[in-house]
Amino acid sequence: MSQKNRLGTGGRIDRTTPLKFQYNGKTYTGFQGDTLASAILANGIDVVGRSFKYSRPRGVVAAGAEEPNAVLQLGATEETQVPNVRATQQELFDGLTSQAVNGWPNVDNDMMSWVGKLGGKMMPPGFYYKTFMYPKSLWDTYESMIRKAAGLGRSPLENDPDTYDKVNQHCDVLVVGAGPAGLAAALTAARSGARVILADEQSEFGGSLLSSKELLDGKPATSWVKSAVDELAGCADVLLLPRATVNGYHDHNFLTIHERLTDHLADKAPVGMVRQRLHRVRAKWVVLATGAHERPLVFSNNDVPGCMIASAVSTYINRYGVVPGSELVLMTTNDYGYQAALDWHDAQRKVVAIVDTRQNPQGARVEQARKRGLNVITGSAVIEVQGSKRVSGVSVATIDAAGNKVTGAVNRLNADTVASSGGWSPVIHLSSHTGSRPVWDDKVVGFVPGPTVQKQLTAGGINGKYSINEALSEGVLAGLNALAKLDLPATEVVLPSAADMVEEASMTLFQIPHLLPTSKAPKQFVDYQTDVTAAGIEVACREGFESIEHVKRYTAMGFGTDQGKLGNINGMAVAAKALNKTIPETGTTIFRPNYTPVTFGAMVGRDCGELFDPKRYTAMHKWHVEHGAKFEDVGQWKRGWYYPKPGESMQECLDRECKATRDSVGILDASTLGKIDIQGADAREFLGRIYTNAWAKLAVGKCRYGLMCGEDGMVFDDGVTSCLGDNHFLMTTTTGGAPRVLEWLELWHQTEWPELDVYFNTVTDHWSTLTISGPNSRKLLSELTDFDLSNENFSFMDVHQCTVAGVPARVFRISFTGELSYEINVQANYGMHVWEKLFEHGKQFNLTPYGTETMHVLRAEKGFIIAGQDTDGSVHPHDLGMSWCVSDQKPFSYVGKRGMARQDCMRENRKQLVGLKTKEPKVVIPEGSQAVFDPNEPIPMTMVGHITSSYYSANLGHSIAMGVIKGGLSRMGETVYYPQADGRVIEAEICSLVFLDPKGERQNV
Amino acid sequence: MFYIYCPHCGEHREEEEFHAKGQAHIVRPIDPAACDDKAWGEYLFFRKNPRGLHHELWIHAAGCRKFFNMTRDTVTYEIKEIYKIGEQPSVVAGNKLAGNK
Repeated sequence: MSQKNRLGTGGRIDRTTPLKFQYNGKTYTGFQGDTLASAILANGIDVVGRSFKYSRPRGVVAAGAEEPNAVLQLGATEETQVPNVRATQQELFDGLTSQAVNGWPNVDNDMMSWVGKLGGKMMPPGFYYKTFMYPKSLWDTYESMIRKAAGLGRSPLENDPDTYDKVNQHCDVLVVGAGPAGLAAALTAARSGARVILADEQSEFGGSLLSSKELLDGKPATSWVKSAVDELAGCADVLLLPRATVNGYHDHNFLTIHERLTDHLADKAPVGMVRQRLHRVRAKWVVLATGAHERPLVFSNNDVPGCMIASAVSTYINRYGVVPGSELVLMTTNDYGYQAALDWHDAQRKVVAIVDTRQNPQGARVEQARKRGLNVITGSAVIEVQGSKRVSGVSVATIDAAGNKVTGAVNRLNADTVASSGGWSPVIHLSSHTGSRPVWDDKVVGFVPGPTVQKQLTAGGINGKYSINEALSEGVLAGLNALAKLDLPATEVVLPSAADMVEEASMTLFQIPHLLPTSKAPKQFVDYQTDVTAAGIEVACREGFESIEHVKRYTAMGFGTDQGKLGNINGMAVAAKALNKTIPETGTTIFRPNYTPVTFGAMVGRDCGELFDPKRYTAMHKWHVEHGAKFEDVGQWKRGWYYPKPGESMQECLDRECKATRDSVGILDASTLGKIDIQGADAREFLGRIYTNAWAKLAVGKCRYGLMCGEDGMVFDDGVTSCLGDNHFLMTTTTGGAPRVLEWLELWHQTEWPELDVYFNTVTDHWSTLTISGPNSRKLLSELTDFDLSNENFSFMDVHQCTVAGVPARVFRISFTGELSYEINVQANYGMHVWEKLFEHGKQFNLTPYGTETMHVLRAEKGFIIAGQDTDGSVHPHDLGMSWCVSDQKPFSYVGKRGMARQDCMRENRKQLVGLKTKEPKVVIPEGSQAVFDPNEPIPMTMVGHITSSYYSANLGHSIAMGVIKGGLSRMGETVYYPQADGRVIEAEICSLVFLDPKGERQNV
Repeated sequence: MFYIYCPHCGEHREEEEFHAKGQAHIVRPIDPAACDDKAWGEYLFFRKNPRGLHHELWIHAAGCRKFFNMTRDTVTYEIKEIYKIGEQPSVVAGNKLAGNK
C-alpha cells in the first residue's frame, strides 16, 4: 500500500530508509524517523481502536504522550508482547508488529458497536454499579464479559526474554524536558560545571522546536537545538538521556526515569543490550520544563476518526511529512491553533475553513491566514461532526460571545479532518506527584504548579509561557536560580531569539454549545479512552457527586492509561458549569506517578529469578544437596527440610529420621539459628532486664533457656543463652527472628539504658552449628574429641571449649529433642570438615541426617514451643504453661513484667497452649483448625482455639498436636472438636504438652 | 523515598537503609509496678498521630545500627531536624521561628 498521506519532502524522516511494519496483520511501509502513529497516518489508516464502552471507531488524536486512542499491542512473538503502547511514542523499526487492542471480529467491523449504539442509553455513568448488581452471584460472569469487552491489551503468556537494569544517579540539576526551556536551563547549569542530567521522553531533544517552523536568529530552530545538544554532550558532567521519561517525582527530590534503550531497534533487545533502564535519581535541584498539552474542544461526535488536536496536525506535517487528511476544518479559541491550518495550507492541501470562536480575532497568525486567502469564520464553532469511521463533514454555527449557546443558522461544510484547539494545559503532573496542589491561572486558562516543598524550579510551557522566546528566557532563569541555590558561579548564556508575534487573548471555552441540550445532543466526548461524555458528567453532578474526585470515580474520567491528559481539564470545566461553580472552586484531581505506563521489566530490573531475594546457605549446604535434601525457606535461609531416600515418601522419610534419632543418633545442621555475642560489665544485668527469667546467678560455662517478651507481656522470641565468661554471653534466637532480636536489644540499650556497659554483635554467620542428638550422641562425639564427656564432667546445660575433629569448638549440651544432645559450634569454614568427620565415625551408629520437619516433630513430642508458630503475639508465658520461666524475684521490672500483669492478661478463660491427642490415633489434625466445644452447635459456631502444631509421631505411634484452647490448662482430659471444611469433625482430648518422657530422663543420662 | 542524614555516620543515605520505629521520646515509667492499667496502657499503646510536626525514632538498620530522632512534617514529609538519642528537638510545633529553618 502506498503512503498516500506522505509529503514528497520535509520532515525529520529519512525517505531513503523505508521500514516495513505490521498493523492488524497487514504489512505497511514507513520511514526511519517515523513513529508508529505517523506511519499509520501516512498509510491512510483511520481506525486504530474501538472505544471502551460504546465501541465507537477511534483514530489518532495527538502526537505525544497524551494520545488516548492509538494505544496498541506490540510484539511479534508471544514472549515479546507489550500492551499499552502509545503509537505516538513508539518509534518505527523494521518488522514492528502491532495490533489494535479491541474490536471483535476486528477493529474495522466491530460487532460490539451495535451494543454500543443500541445499549448506549442503558450505559449511563456508573452503569456497572447500577446494572450488574443483581443477582450478586452472577457478578463473576458479568465481570468476565465486561473485561473482555473493555480490554486494553493483554499481558504476555511467556517469560520476558529481555534484560532490564536499574541505576542510581546523583546530580546537581535534573532538567526534565529538552524543549527550548529545558535546553536553555541545562546549558546554563552545565556551563557552570554543575552535574546535570537532561532527560526527555522523545527520541531526539528539541521538544516543540522539532515540529516548529519558527526561526531562531533567522535559522531553523533545529540548528540551534543541534548546537545546544552538541555543547551539552561535550560537558564532562552532563548526562543526556533521550527516550527517557521522568515518570515519578517522589519525596526529597527523588525521581525515577524510565529509559528505553532498544524499543526503537527491534521487537527484542539485540544480543548484549539492555532493553530498558530505570534511573533512580536523587537531584539537588529539579527544573521541570515539561511543556504543555493542547486541549481539544468538546463538541458533538468529536471522537470520529479525523478529529485531532491542532498542534498534532502541525507536528505530523512538519516533523513527519505526513498530512493526515485532505480537507481540513480548524476550530480554535486562540491564535496558536491557526498554525495547523497554515501548515496544512503550505502542504498544498485544502483548508475548508478556520472556525474561530472569538468574535474579532486579529493576531499575527490570524492575519497570516487571511493573507493566504484562507476562509476565517469568526464568532462561530463546529457544533457537530458527521461521519462514522472518518469525518465526512461538519456543522458550523455562530455562537454567542460567552460560548454558551448557538445563535445562528447551521451551515454544513465537507471535510475529512477537524482540528481543534481549546488552548493549552501545562504538564504539571510531576509537580503534583509529591502532593503539591495545582493552582488555576485565569490568564493561562489552566492549572499551573502550586507551592511545593521540593527543590523544584519550573520553566516554559509548564508555567503557561508558550512562546519560544519566553520559554528560552525562563529556561535560563531556572538554570541561574538552580546555580544560585547550589552556590555555583553563573556563566553568561546568550540566547537566540525568534521573531515576536502579536498574540491576542484566547477565549475561555471548553465545551461547544449545540442546538440541543447536552443530554440530547449527539455525544460530546471529554475523555476518549474511558468514553466519558459531557452528558455523563452532567448526570454525575445531577446525581449528587459534587467533589471532582467523586465525579472522576463515578464517571471513570481520567481512569485510562492516559490518565486523562487530554480530557481532565475539559471534564472539570463541564462539571464546574453543571455545578454552577468556577473551575478553581471545583478543583482538580491530583496526578500520581507514573506519568506514562512503565513496564514491569523496568521496575523489576534484575531483581527477579535467582536475584529476587538474597539466599543464605550454611557451610554444609553442598552436602545437603548431594544427599538429596529437600529444602525449605526460613527467612532467607535455605534449610534442609528432610532427606528422603529413593522411593521414600515424605512421611516415610520423617518416620525413619525420627526413629533413628531417638533410637541411636541423628544430626541437624542448626547453623541458621541466630547467634548474638553479648559482652560488657553489665551484660548480665541487661539479660535480666530483657528476659523474663533470672540470669543473676548463671555460672560461667552454663546455659539457660530464656523467653523474651514485648512490653505488652507477649512472647516474641526464645532461645538459649550461655555464659562464656563473667562479662561474655552468647545468645541464640530463632532463625527468622535474629535481626529483629538484635534490633530489639539495641533499642533498649541505646534509648532506655545507655548507662549499661554492654555491646552486641551478630555472629550467626561466623559459626557452623552441628547438632547431634540421640542416645548414641555421646559415643559418637567421643570418637572425635579427647574431652571428658562424662555426665559428671559435661552435664546437661553445660558449655565447654574443646577440640572436635582437630578444630577448636564450643560444645553446648542443650537439647531441643529431649534426647542426650550436643550442639557443636565450630568456625564456619570448619563446618563441612567436622560434619564429614561425624559421618565418617557415625556409620556404626547409623548416624542419620534430619531436617527441620523432623526437628519440629521431635520437639513437639516434648512439647517445646516454636516462637512464631505456637505463639502469635497474643500469648504470654503463662498462657504457654511456662510460668516456670518467669521470675517474680528480679529487682528490676524487666520488659514484659508489667504487661503480663494487665487485667486482660490475668483473666480466666484465656487461650492457653495444651497438647491434643486425637481419638483416632492416625488422624492428624490440620494446623490452623478451629476448635469448638459443641460440634452440634449451629453455624456460626463458638470457636475456642486453634491448632498451632500437628504431626504424626512415629515414635509414639499416634498423632500429636499442640494448640490453644480457652482455659485449656484447666480442662485436661476434656474433649474438643475440630470441624473441617470437608464436613469431617476431628475429636481430640486435651492433654499435657509433653507426650514423651515427661520426667526428662532421656536428656539427663 | 526519604533521603536521611544519619547523625552517627555523618552522611545522607537512602531510606532503604533505615527503619522507622515510631514516636520518639516515650519515657518508660521508672516504676512500672506503680502504674495502674490505665497509665501503663497509655505508655504501651497510645501514640500521637499529628498532622504536621512529629518527632520520630529511627534506626540506621542497614548501616551503623544506631538509633536517632527525626522531626518530620507528616504533611510534606520534610525532615526538619535530626538529633541524637537523649537530645531534645529544637524544632517543635508552635515554634514558628524554628519551624522555618
